[in-house]
Amino acid sequence: MAIKSTTRSAQGRTGVGRSRAEASGTTETSAAISDRGPLALLCLAGWALPGAAHFWLGKRQKGTVFLVALVTMFVTGLLLKGRLFPFDVSEPLVALAALANAGMGLPWLVSLMFDAGRGVVTAVSYEYGNCFLIVAGLLNFLVVLDAFDVAVGRK
Amino acid sequence: MNSHFLLLLLFSALVSAVFATLSRDDPRAQLRTGSLMFGAFVGVALLLGWLMYPLPL
Repeated sequence: MAIKSTTRSAQGRTGVGRSRAEASGTTETSAAISDRGPLALLCLAGWALPGAAHFWLGKRQKGTVFLVALVTMFVTGLLLKGRLFPFDVSEPLVALAALANAGMGLPWLVSLMFDAGRGVVTAVSYEYGNCFLIVAGLLNFLVVLDAFDVAVGRK
Repeated sequence: MNSHFLLLLLFSALVSAVFATLSRDDPRAQLRTGSLMFGAFVGVALLLGWLMYPLPL
């Protein structure tokens, strides 16, 4: 039961994942509102840096795997001359691809700042690069959802 | 790196690692699930490639 105890101690540190009654000792409504802050911060950290939310919850092994695997996927996508798509609502598929790209958080923002990810459509690896970039972002959304479930005690 | 097969292996390995870590808590179970998933990724890709070999007819 080491995993459970780790989760409990992590929950104690973060203030998330506790039962509503434990959290405040007052009313259920006020406890739920007070828990939103740490939960939102946890999700924000997990979005910004893949695996950060799991580190926060004390799950270092998982956090390390997510950090290494997702950042490697993202960098590989850029090296393969993939494109970071713009939010262009007139083209729904492009907008959806941009949303998926945005799932990588800080690496995505930094790449945009340095004008990386412009994409070379004539490169033989262009579509492969897009695939790596899009899947990395979508997987990070899943990782954030997993951290949320752990934090609220569903997992 | 323009080898399609190497890119397939890299993609499969990374996605398998993430899914196995998401779905299992025990490191040994993660390794087992990840290996199975990696094998399935590569095996299905090779099978589909082989089935599509005669195309276009």
